[in-house]
Amino acid sequence: MSAPHQHGHHGHAHGGHDAAHGHVDHDDHMEAHGSLKEYAIGFVLSVILTAIPFWMVMTHQLAPEMTKFVILGFAAVQVIVHMVYFLHMNAKSEGGWNMMALLLTAVLLFIILSGSIWVMYHMNANMMPNMLNDSGAVHGMHDMQ
Amino acid sequence: MSDTNVISAGAHGADASSRYYVTEHHPEQGTLLGFWLYLMSDCLIFACLFATYAVLGRNYAGGPSGAEIFDLPLVAVNTAFLLLSSITYGFAMLAAQRKAVGSVQLWLAITGVLGACFLGLELYEFQHLIHEGFGPWRSGFLTAFFSLVGTHGLHVTFGIVWLVTLMVQVGKHGVNAANYRRLSCLSMFWHFLDVIWIGVFTYVYLMGTLP
Repeated sequence: MSAPHQHGHHGHAHGGHDAAHGHVDHDDHMEAHGSLKEYAIGFVLSVILTAIPFWMVMTHQLAPEMTKFVILGFAAVQVIVHMVYFLHMNAKSEGGWNMMALLLTAVLLFIILSGSIWVMYHMNANMMPNMLNDSGAVHGMHDMQ
Repeated sequence: MSDTNVISAGAHGADASSRYYVTEHHPEQGTLLGFWLYLMSDCLIFACLFATYAVLGRNYAGGPSGAEIFDLPLVAVNTAFLLLSSITYGFAMLAAQRKAVGSVQLWLAITGVLGACFLGLELYEFQHLIHEGFGPWRSGFLTAFFSLVGTHGLHVTFGIVWLVTLMVQVGKHGVNAANYRRLSCLSMFWHFLDVIWIGVFTYVYLMGTLP
């Protein structure tokens, strides 16, 4: 009985806040997660964003270096599409804490991935030549036998 | 404003939802935020496996390269299974919003079958590679490949177990608040696996076949 009144009051007190929520309605405990339209848009976009990279690689559309950059770009866009349309991420969900956790993870991902690749690249570039020569010599001898 | 809410919360007594209106920034459902944090930690595990693959992915040790062993049409079919399972899970969530128990179970079942097809193809690929002598012991590249793709497959396996569990739960208790929360968590889990797969098919399979 008093629940609708409370909802009304809540909406009134945070008019701007609720307006930003848009169509998301709070049905008891069950917060609406997505609509048919959202899922359909997400699905069609992800099919397109998946089909193009596969087609590009399987039919050799571009030079390999170029293809790498383009398909990585497609993957990045598709991850965002999934986040928005399937995982329903936005700055407001869970009071903004979802986004905070996501940003922290993104920073950690960047450190782990770029750090590993950077360190290992320099290991290869700076330390491998001597070892390569050695092993190359060994291989050469091995081949001759 | 907060006075009114406190009073109405008192009037409601044990109604948990009314308490959440007291402060503006309190998450509506702590469970979903907690589960999101779990997914982020899972994301870091996959980041480590991706970093390992980035470092070891070209260390063939005289074994086969990605271009020689990856079957792109097979991977494309696998990707299609996972993408389709994503939208069918979406349909299950839409049915859950209508509290249509039968419909929820049907879509969950279809999602589970698609997930099982994905796993079946992946196991076929693994079995084929191992049969050819290209198991994870063959080279650094194959170790990193089996670790990354295998960990993803393991997640899908547990997702299917969870999915079947929820089909039983929904059948027993209907789509109540607790079951809806569980379905929402599995929804995040399932779509998250799809996000990881985007990284796998792009970075491992597609870029691996390029010279």
